[in-house]
Amino acid sequence: MHVLVLLLQILVLFAVVMLHVAYATYFERKIIGHMQVRMGPMRVGWHGLLQPIADGIKSFFKEDIIPEQADRPIFLAAPIICLVAMLTSLAVLPFAPGWVLADINIGLIFILAMSSLSSYGVILAGWASNSKYTFLGGLRSMAQVISYEIAMGLSLVGVMMLSGTLNLSKIVEAQGTSFGGMYIFPQIIAFFVFCVAMLAETNRVPFDLPEAETELVSGYATEYSGMRYAMFFMAEYIGMIVMSAIGTICFLGGWNGPFTVPGVPFFWFVLKIYLFLFVFIWIRATLPRYRYDQLMELGWKLLIPLALANIALTGIVKAIIG
Amino acid sequence: MLMLLFFCYCAVVIIGTGLLAVTLRNPVHSVLMVLILFFHMAMLYLSLGAEFLAAVQVIVYAGAILVLYLFVLFLVSLKEELRMPRFVSSAWLGRLIAGGLAACLLYILPVFSTGARGNWPAERVREITPTRALATEMYSASVLPFEIAGLILLVAVIGGLLLARREKDSSNTNG
Repeated sequence: MHVLVLLLQILVLFAVVMLHVAYATYFERKIIGHMQVRMGPMRVGWHGLLQPIADGIKSFFKEDIIPEQADRPIFLAAPIICLVAMLTSLAVLPFAPGWVLADINIGLIFILAMSSLSSYGVILAGWASNSKYTFLGGLRSMAQVISYEIAMGLSLVGVMMLSGTLNLSKIVEAQGTSFGGMYIFPQIIAFFVFCVAMLAETNRVPFDLPEAETELVSGYATEYSGMRYAMFFMAEYIGMIVMSAIGTICFLGGWNGPFTVPGVPFFWFVLKIYLFLFVFIWIRATLPRYRYDQLMELGWKLLIPLALANIALTGIVKAIIG
Repeated sequence: MLMLLFFCYCAVVIIGTGLLAVTLRNPVHSVLMVLILFFHMAMLYLSLGAEFLAAVQVIVYAGAILVLYLFVLFLVSLKEELRMPRFVSSAWLGRLIAGGLAACLLYILPVFSTGARGNWPAERVREITPTRALATEMYSASVLPFEIAGLILLVAVIGGLLLARREKDSSNTNG
């Protein structure tokens, strides 16, 4: 019985997240459209509301082309690795008090582990396609993810030190219900580092070098088509949602808000995630792409030292106060 | 019973992928086999309640070290197989050495015994969570070895920097 309930919960979470992924693409196209003074999708349904559904059905029925010289098993598995790794991280996210599939003690590093796994999908896709564009995209992604994962992990260490736990629910509880309790105030440096590393980890503009439509014709995904291409897309958007959730949990107080909304315990959590997603899209509409050496310089010479300094600072302040 | 089945599954997969990793022809496939091996090792750690170790196994070994291996493989791009001179002249001698090693390992096996030992019996670790237990032990009782390990790593980093650093070419004055 317990297993059945858990399965049902997983199914509901999966369905809700997939709907969010579908409409995140709509949200993105609409926002970027309006920021660039055009309408965005308008044809399918009222103001293009059914566009994501149409896109989904279209990609489902498209031919799944496999290049002749590709490494077949790895080529087929790569998008699945990406998607599964991202979906697995959803299991440890607490959406509201008690609303979590697996309330494990090491939630925070579990998510870091899964995000490092999903980079395999991108790398292997780049290698297995046997094409120069995808290979360059894969190499870039590999270097970028390794570099920025260090910065991201180090930026979260400050949060771990303040809350004294790796359990995501307990991190939210440690911040209390007051406005000033949010870790964004004592950990403002870490929040900055986290936000930049978050963009790089999810391969979003201004760090979208692995895709880089203008130079690599969408990088590691060049040879993919149909459903498998859509899987990379889904993984990217789920990654954005997961990273937004981590930012919400670690810095913005999770499900706590100025007042409780009766019947919707996850109201503030979801609202904060939408805020993060909006910022993701806003940045995409605003900033140009970084050059590769600038990207590496920013990661290694600015973000990592900043994050290390933040750890030392947090430790000193904690030793003096506590 | 379920735990035993789980252990058997992990053990079989670890041995199988380990063998495949050394026998497969394509080096990238070998690295992928090692990736699966690392995951099952993490699962074994999890089944023993060492959750922090499991996560670190995935982050460090699967997420960083193997990715670096892949990077090297991609950059050198082995088009044809490398043929090295044999380390041991006769195959049977090699088999004998391997068999002897296996016998030694099997001989040592009975030394392992289960049950509580030392400062950290399983109950106490479970009580304060493995992460906290590891941190407490590492940063109090074993702080000196920890610092020494850190220093060794620092030396390695400086060595790497020295190798990678290129002296500015004096003849090229426009740079």
